[in-house]
Amino acid sequence: MSPQRKAIALWLTVGAVGFLAIPWYALQDSILSGAWLRNYSARENAPALVQVLRHGRIWLLAIGAMLLLAAPLLAPGIARRLRARALLVVGAAGFVILAAQGFAIGPQGWGFDSLARIFGSLATGQYGMGWGATLAATSFAMLFALGLAESGYFNGDAFIASSVVAIALSVAIFTFFPVLTILASAFEDGSGALSATAFFNRLFTAKIWTLACLSGGGRCGVAWNTLLLALLCAVGCTALGLAFALIVTRTSFRYKRMLRALSVLPIITPPFVIGLGLILMFGRAGLINQWLEWGFGIEPSRWIYGLPGLVLAQIFSFTPIAFLVLIGVVEGVSPSIEEAAQTLRASRWRTFVDVSLPLMRPGLANAFLISFIESIADFGNPIVLGGNFGVLATEVFFSVVGAQLDQGRAATLGILLLLFALVAFFAQRRVLGRKVYTALAGKGDAGLPTPLPTGVRRACYAVALPWAALTIAIYAMAMLGGFVEQWGRNYTPTLKHYAKAFSIEWVNHGILWSGTAWSSFWTTVELSAIAAPITAVLGILTAYILTRHRFAGRAAFEFGTMLSFAIPGTVIGVSYILAFNVPPIEITGTALVLIVCNVFRNMPVGVRAGIASMAQIDRSLDEASTTLGARGATTLKRVLLPLLKPAIIAALVYSFVRSMTTLSAIIFLVSAEYEWATTYIINRVTNGDYGVAIAYCSVLIVLMLAVIWIIQRLVGERTLGRRTAGADAGVAQLGATAA
Amino acid sequence: MKAAAIEFRQVSKLYGEVAAVRDISFTIAASTLVTLLGPSGCGKTTTLRMIAGLELPTSGSILIGGEDVTRVPAAERDVSMVFQSYALFPHMSVIENVGYGVAVAGRPKDEVQSRAKAAMATVGLTGFDARLPSELSGGQQQRVAVARALVLEPAVLLFDEPLSNLDARLRRQMREEIRDLQQRLSLTVVYVTHDQSEAMAVSDRIIVMNKAAIAQEGAPRELYEQPRDVFVAGFMGDANRVRGTLARVDAALGELSIGPLKLRLPHRGLSGEVDVAVRPEAIELALPGEPGLAGTVRKAAYIGGVMEYTIGTAVGDLFVVNMAVDRPLSAGAEVMLKLANHGVVPIAGV
Repeated sequence: MSPQRKAIALWLTVGAVGFLAIPWYALQDSILSGAWLRNYSARENAPALVQVLRHGRIWLLAIGAMLLLAAPLLAPGIARRLRARALLVVGAAGFVILAAQGFAIGPQGWGFDSLARIFGSLATGQYGMGWGATLAATSFAMLFALGLAESGYFNGDAFIASSVVAIALSVAIFTFFPVLTILASAFEDGSGALSATAFFNRLFTAKIWTLACLSGGGRCGVAWNTLLLALLCAVGCTALGLAFALIVTRTSFRYKRMLRALSVLPIITPPFVIGLGLILMFGRAGLINQWLEWGFGIEPSRWIYGLPGLVLAQIFSFTPIAFLVLIGVVEGVSPSIEEAAQTLRASRWRTFVDVSLPLMRPGLANAFLISFIESIADFGNPIVLGGNFGVLATEVFFSVVGAQLDQGRAATLGILLLLFALVAFFAQRRVLGRKVYTALAGKGDAGLPTPLPTGVRRACYAVALPWAALTIAIYAMAMLGGFVEQWGRNYTPTLKHYAKAFSIEWVNHGILWSGTAWSSFWTTVELSAIAAPITAVLGILTAYILTRHRFAGRAAFEFGTMLSFAIPGTVIGVSYILAFNVPPIEITGTALVLIVCNVFRNMPVGVRAGIASMAQIDRSLDEASTTLGARGATTLKRVLLPLLKPAIIAALVYSFVRSMTTLSAIIFLVSAEYEWATTYIINRVTNGDYGVAIAYCSVLIVLMLAVIWIIQRLVGERTLGRRTAGADAGVAQLGATAA
Repeated sequence: MKAAAIEFRQVSKLYGEVAAVRDISFTIAASTLVTLLGPSGCGKTTTLRMIAGLELPTSGSILIGGEDVTRVPAAERDVSMVFQSYALFPHMSVIENVGYGVAVAGRPKDEVQSRAKAAMATVGLTGFDARLPSELSGGQQQRVAVARALVLEPAVLLFDEPLSNLDARLRRQMREEIRDLQQRLSLTVVYVTHDQSEAMAVSDRIIVMNKAAIAQEGAPRELYEQPRDVFVAGFMGDANRVRGTLARVDAALGELSIGPLKLRLPHRGLSGEVDVAVRPEAIELALPGEPGLAGTVRKAAYIGGVMEYTIGTAVGDLFVVNMAVDRPLSAGAEVMLKLANHGVVPIAGV
């Protein structure tokens, strides 16, 4: 059988299995438990064919018919063009019909009254789609992709066509569909119809836009708060990041390695650790306040809660990312250029101001925008330290949680947040031009970096070093806080918080994980471990397609995969609730939605790691492989993947770490059965149980450090080229848009 | 191994508005070595890649061995390529590199091994099986690249500036080996370079390209001695460009006057005021008593095997190469020059 017909046979089989053998609808338990086998033909468990015959769900017949229509394409001797067209038609039609019936028919029959009027009411409804439907949908999509390849798209390469279709569909379903849902939700008025006035009413309320705080007396609108905070944070992070970067690259400071290590810390730890540490130091019961009260009789104040504390916390949290970006920028200023300026009699100060700084401008703008985006998307710090200072991220959360459940409001705030993020994201792309994935510059320029002018150097030290000391102190607090009875009152050393959270008992049938934290811990570790390889595969595959292949629609494909990077976690979280709480895709409350959320939020990290590594593998290796008869998949497998091992491992590790420490999206998606470590900690914090919270934090920090250290050891400092692009660039990718 | 002929029929390759190759047509006979020669950006590499199938033409058709392969992708053409950077797979040993094409075709392991070893023997690399590319010298890496391309016994073998990464001494040796290989195995070879002496040394025919089009094609001697225009004349070697007057004498010959000098040579269909290309080695010192063109030596350089002079004359500054290193002239010397009966070519009227 020719390879084309083999591929068609494969996907038809998949589709047939989905339609004939596997439960069509989503099951209560996991499909792996096998419970459905015992009651095979029941309403909930039956495959599609049985549903049609036994349970009156006749609309599924259309899907089966499409699969049947594709069967003749297996016959040999069909002209290429004809087969291509047929595949396109059958694939597209099958997929569209499947999607349409999923949206049109809900648990109570028709989902829309207009349809009930046209077609008459239905005797029965249907649930959300399950594995059977998923297999059938995949089959149609892949048949469509095969049709594209045979029609000549993607240079006739079926593997590339299938990959692009699969990735594009996944991103569309799990990123764009939820965002569209949230858009629709914001425009819905009370009766469920779409109305622009409803949206504008929700959008232009005082709570969001008032400037009462300026005129004295009230609080400002949430939108202004968010922007102000972001501005202050971005300015601070860029300045500090630049100071650190200059110290590390342009001075002979003795503790550079420590500074670099320090910069990594906030990126691999949960997003609220800094907030917690600040509370432990500066909160009402914090160390500093206690000392002031004891020493000077000054009443402890709550100044840390609100804007001052938030600015502090965010600058601490996001300076490392700005630092990593700016290191690349500062190193990229060719030393030869500065030496040329000096041979032309410019002083060090003039060289710095006239030559170095202007060359760093795009990088500074980039760092500014990254910090800005991080700030508006930040959830962990505002929830811990926000106090009465509301920002969009937390307001969205409060609109959904608890008594306030106002879907429309949450959606509106989410859209506003998304808008801010997108504007900054586009500005950032503008600044970087086409090179969004710039690896570290510096092509082995022979010159030595010029030392800083004295004034600048002193300013850098004055600013950065106290900051570094403070960061160490905060982390020390965060690590040690779990070892005292009660912070602020009773500093007796104790292990009781660790015991409460992480106790283990041995019973006669094995280990009993009796600590309160184990459930969330194991859930987080297991689901992160499942999500990481999926993320890595998707990311590297996307990177391969983007860097090595040219095809129509490539720009749109690239844009789509990176756009998902710009969406704040809060928006994703809310949109998942709105989109995936109802059929056709009903996965909230399951482990699947947690995995999916992490996969698609972290995919860009894999993509960036892949692209950076691919850039170092010369294209002629691909071409040599092609001229020797290897198609896309073979070249990928035999030539590129072995050379990409470091990138794959980096993608795995970073996805895992990000999953373990994510908060802003996951907080909307946890359930009674599946709790995440970070949400568990936040719950402890809001309940005032700081001891356990901090103990848990310290365990997470140690675990993340261990994971990264182990992987660094295994992979080593191995580089593909002569540049050590690995460490810094990798961690920078890790950090961008965290939380 | 069935060496194939290649034919390009009005092939163009456009990138948006920019034409890398515009409407070119040529034929390459089977079992010959043809070089695509030209300056950077002339379209030679694009043409080579279109033969390989790594680029598909925007218009026109390409035939290899009489078959139309215009839309056939690279993996399905019987064409192998040796890349400028060799493109050896760094994670595979030499024998794995060389055997790659056979392994990808799904052949059994022992066949992969035996064919790889045979290819390595052809290029003189027996015994290097287990080495990694990073453990080889430049010349050895190139041989591995050639062996890897040969193992599939392709109908056409392509070389993309294969000697540019080697030092001068190695270049001469390697180019002879490549030519030797081609003749021994009767391969059809298409070779790309910008070095015209390399091209002349190895080729059966040369296709000179300029600005996305073919400037001239022919045997090396033809191109050097009968360039069609000023560009080809200047590219195939140094050429002094002077004005002269050409008068027809008979059907083939004409009399060329450059200053006081007169010479009989084929008029090539030209007459009247003409541009003349004069090779540096064609300008000689006149013996006392012979008519000559007066000149003053402006610069003199001793190159070891020859003397290079820049001599100012009434017809312009002339670049002269002279073999009399034992009787060098110094700057400022007054000389009389004459032309040899070779190396002077009238090109295109003004």
